[in-house]
Amino acid sequence: MPPLLRVDDLRAYYFGFRGTRVVKAIDGVSFSLEAGETFGLVGESGCGKTSTCHAIVRLLPPSARIVSGRIELEGEDLLGKSQTEMRQIRGRRIATILQDPMASLDPLFSIYDQVAEPAYYHRAFRGRRLRQRVKELLSAVRIPSPERRMKDLPHQMSGGMRQRIVGAIALAGGPQVIIADEPTTNLDVTIQLQYLNLLKDLQRASGVALIFVTHNLGIVAKMCDKVGVMYAGKIVEMQSVRGLFYNPRHPYTRALLDSIPKLGTKDPLYVIPGQPPDLSRLPAGCSFQPRCQSAMERCRVEEPSEQHLDDAATTRCWLPLHEATTRG
Amino acid sequence: MGEPLLEVRDLKKHFPVGSSLLGGVQGWVKAVDGISFTIDSGETLGLVGESGCGKTTTSKLILAAEEATSGAIEFEGRNLAELRGRELMDYRRKVQVVFQDPYSSLSPRMRVGDIIAEPIETHEQVSRHEVRSRVAQLLELVGLRPDMSRLFPHEFSGGQRQRLAIARALSTNARLIVLDEPVSALDVSIRAHIISLLEEIQARLAVSYLFIAHDLAAVAHVSQRTAVMYLGKLVEVADSLELCASPLHPYTKALFAASLPSHPDEAREEIVLSGEVPSALNPPRGCSFHPRCPFVMPRCSEQEPSLSEVSPGRRVACHLYS
Amino acid sequence: MATILGRATEIGGVSRAARRSYSWVREIPLVPLLLVTVLVLAAVLAPVLAPHSHLDPVKPTPGQCQAKYGMADCPYVDNMPPFWFSQGTFATPLGTDYLGRDLLSRLMYGARISLVVALTGTLFAGAIGTLLGVLAGYMGKWWDQIIMRVTDAWLTLPSLVFAILLSSVRGPGVWNIVLILALVFWSRYSRAVRGEVLALREREFVRLAEINGVGKLKIIRRHLIPNVMNTVMVLFSLQVGVAVIIEASLSFLGVGVPPPEPSWGLMMAQERESLMQGKWWLAVFPGICITMLVLSANMLGDWLRVRLDPQLRNR
Repeated sequence: MPPLLRVDDLRAYYFGFRGTRVVKAIDGVSFSLEAGETFGLVGESGCGKTSTCHAIVRLLPPSARIVSGRIELEGEDLLGKSQTEMRQIRGRRIATILQDPMASLDPLFSIYDQVAEPAYYHRAFRGRRLRQRVKELLSAVRIPSPERRMKDLPHQMSGGMRQRIVGAIALAGGPQVIIADEPTTNLDVTIQLQYLNLLKDLQRASGVALIFVTHNLGIVAKMCDKVGVMYAGKIVEMQSVRGLFYNPRHPYTRALLDSIPKLGTKDPLYVIPGQPPDLSRLPAGCSFQPRCQSAMERCRVEEPSEQHLDDAATTRCWLPLHEATTRG
Repeated sequence: MGEPLLEVRDLKKHFPVGSSLLGGVQGWVKAVDGISFTIDSGETLGLVGESGCGKTTTSKLILAAEEATSGAIEFEGRNLAELRGRELMDYRRKVQVVFQDPYSSLSPRMRVGDIIAEPIETHEQVSRHEVRSRVAQLLELVGLRPDMSRLFPHEFSGGQRQRLAIARALSTNARLIVLDEPVSALDVSIRAHIISLLEEIQARLAVSYLFIAHDLAAVAHVSQRTAVMYLGKLVEVADSLELCASPLHPYTKALFAASLPSHPDEAREEIVLSGEVPSALNPPRGCSFHPRCPFVMPRCSEQEPSLSEVSPGRRVACHLYS
Repeated sequence: MATILGRATEIGGVSRAARRSYSWVREIPLVPLLLVTVLVLAAVLAPVLAPHSHLDPVKPTPGQCQAKYGMADCPYVDNMPPFWFSQGTFATPLGTDYLGRDLLSRLMYGARISLVVALTGTLFAGAIGTLLGVLAGYMGKWWDQIIMRVTDAWLTLPSLVFAILLSSVRGPGVWNIVLILALVFWSRYSRAVRGEVLALREREFVRLAEINGVGKLKIIRRHLIPNVMNTVMVLFSLQVGVAVIIEASLSFLGVGVPPPEPSWGLMMAQERESLMQGKWWLAVFPGICITMLVLSANMLGDWLRVRLDPQLRNR
C-alpha cells in the first residue's frame, strides 16, 4: 500500500526579476507520511519550508513553478491535477492551519459560517445536521459554550480561541492530512501549550496526519514522530525525533541544537558563523559548507547526495560516509 | 555594595478607559500595578510575562515615554519624575532601548551611519569627524564593517539590523539598555549571535540590561536575576538559576511547564493552565492569578498576597509561602 | 570573546558590499522624459522658435486671400488647415485659428502658461498639504482636530465654484490660477499624508527618536517627511494632470487665463465649435499637448517614486 502522502524529489523555483534570478526555494525535497503520524519540518526563515507546504496544496505564487518531482496522496498524483480538481482536495483531504489566526479568519463572517463552510461544501452537511456538526467541532477544540459562541465574530474572541477556531475549520472538512505552518508563533507560552495539547488530542481522536512546520525545536520535541531539517531548500537530515535529539547526524542540526538556550544553564551558546545563504546564489558544493565546522575538501566541491544511514535516518552530508571509510 | 543603578519603587500606571471629551472615565486598566525592583550596575534583570502583563508598559515608563501614575523610578539616586531639561536629556542619553522588530526600528530612508549617529547628535556637541569615527567604532563593536555606514537598512539581514539597533543604543555610552524582546523576531541561529553579542558587550562595557521577553529559557540564560510578571504585578523575583531549579509561584511553575522541552523525553511537571489571562480592566479580586491557579485556597480570592522575601534575594507573592 | 567578535566581522563580509552602480541611468523612462523636454524647450524657447506672433494674425499671402475670400488683400485668413491639407501651407504648419493666428506659435506660448500653472500650482498645494498633514498626524490633539476639520470642510467644497469665487474677487490672471490650485488641492495631500504619518508615528524608529529626546521638528524633518515622500510623489504626478484640466475649465469659464494670452485649456475651449464643423485640428492639437504632459508627469512621478525609495532602487 502506498503511504498516505509521498513527496518525491520535489523542486520548485521562483523566477524573479524578469527571469534573471532563479531562487531555488525547494530543491529536491522527499518525505512520506503515514496516517496518524506527525512529521516536523524544521528550519530557519527562507529555508523553503513554507514553500514546501504551499507546493503540496499547489498554492505557490504565480512567480514560482514546480520544476520536477512528484506529490502523491494515497498514490494519486497531485501535480497532474487541474486547479478544479485541487479544490476538491484542499480542505477536504488536505487542510491547512496558518500562522496568523486573525488573518485566517474573515472578520465579516460569524464563527458558525466559517466553521460550517468546509462541512457544507466538502461533506454535504445541511440544516440541522450542519449545526450539530459545527457544535461538535467547536467543542472538540474546547470552545466553552459553543452554542452561544457560534454567533460571535472573530474580533470577539481572544487570540488563543481564534487559533482554535482555525483548527476547527481545518477539521471541518474531515481531512486526512493537516499542514500546520507555525501555528503557535503568535501565541503566549501557556496558550501555546494548551493548543499543542489540543492538536495532539485531536490527532489521536481522528487519526489525521500532521505536517508541522516550525523553527522551534522545542515544539518538534513535543509534537513530532519524524523530523526533517531543512536548509537552503533541501532536507539535510531526516530521522525519528529521538534520533534527531540524541544522535544528530548533520552538522547543521547539531549546531542548531547547540545554539538554543537551555533552561537552567548558562553555558555559552554555540554561534553558527555566517548567515543563511541567498537562495539565488548558493555556494558551490554543500550549501552549509561555508558555515560548517567539519567541512572537508570534498564539501566545497561536490554536493552531498542523500546518505541512507543504518537506523532509517537520511542525511545530506559527506561526514558519515567519510567516518565509515576512515574507520573501516 | 553601593546603591543600585536603577530602582523602581511601587510603580503604577493606570490608563483610563472610555474617557472622551464629554463622557466620564468608565474604568481604569491597571497596566502596571505597584511593581518594585532594582537593577545594579553591570547586571541583567530579566522580565518575563505573557502578552498584556504590563511588561511593555514598564519599559515605556523606564524610558520616560509614559508618565507613571504613582511610584518612583530612581536612576543613579535621582528621581526621574523630578528631572527637567538638561537633566532629563542626560537621563535619556544614559537609558537606551533595543526593540523587538529590527525592521521597524530603523528608518528606511536614512543611511545606517546617520541612524547610529542620531543619539550622538542629539545629546552631544561633537564634530562630524568625531561622529564618523565613533560610528565606525560602534559598527566594529557589534561585528559589522565600518564602511557599512553608507548603506541603507534594507541592505542588511534581520540579525544584522538588530546589531545596528544595538550599536545605536550604545552610541552615547548608555548605562542601562532596555531590551524589549530583542531576539523574539529572529531565527534560531541568529538568536544565538545576538545573545552572545549582548553578553560580550556587557562583559566589556559593564552596561546594565533590562531584558524583557516571553521566552523563559532565553531570559534565564542572559540574566542574573529574573522577575516574573502577571497582570501588572510581579509574582516572583529570584536568581535565574535558582528560579529554573525550583520555581515557587504557581504561575512561574506553569510558565516552566509550558516552556517547550529541549529534548523529546524531558520529564515535565504537567501544569496546564485553564483559561486565558483575564482582562486588566477587571482583574479578579484577591490574588489576580487565583481563577487559573491549580493550588488555589479559599484565602486567595479574598486577600491579595504581597511580594515578600522567602529566602535571601528571593521574593514571591503567594499565600502558599507566607 | 574576541573570537565571537572576530567571527561576527566575517558575517559582515558575507553581506552585499556597498554597490554604487549607475544602473539607474538606464532605468530613466525615456519617452516621458523626451516629451517633457520637448514641452519645456518649446515653452522656454518660444520667442525664438515660434514662427509667428502668438497674439497677432499671420499676414497671409495674396494667393491665400484670393483663394479664401476672392480678394487680393485681406487682414488674415482664419481656420487654415495644417500643411498636409491642400489649402495648408508650411508657413503655418498646424494651421490658424478663428482669428487667423498661427496655431503652432500659440501652442508654444501656451506651453509656458500651462506648464507654469500646473507645476507651480501643484507644488504649492503639495507643500501646504504635506506640511499640514504631517503636523496633524504627528502633533495630534488640537492640531489634528483643527487641521482635519478644515480639510474635511475643504474637501466638500466644490472646487470650481470656489475657484470662480476667488478669481471674481482677484480678477482673472495666470498667478491667480496658481493660487487657486494651491488653495483648492492642498486638502488632498493633507488627508493622505496624515494617515501615513499616523502609521509612521507608531513605528519604532520614531519612538526611538522620541525616547532619545530628539526634537519634534527634527523628527518631522528627518523621519516623517522623507517617509511620506512616496505618497506625495504619486499624488503629485496625478494632480499635475488634474491641474491642467482645472486650468482649462477655469479659462473656459472666463475666470482663468485672460484672452488673448494662449493656454492649452483655453485654446481647446475656444475651439469646441470648430470640432463640430470638421476643423478638428484646432481642438485636437492642444488636447494632444495636454495628454502628453499629463501622461509623462504620471510616468516620471512613478519613476521618481521608485528612485527616491532606497528599498526599491537597487533592484
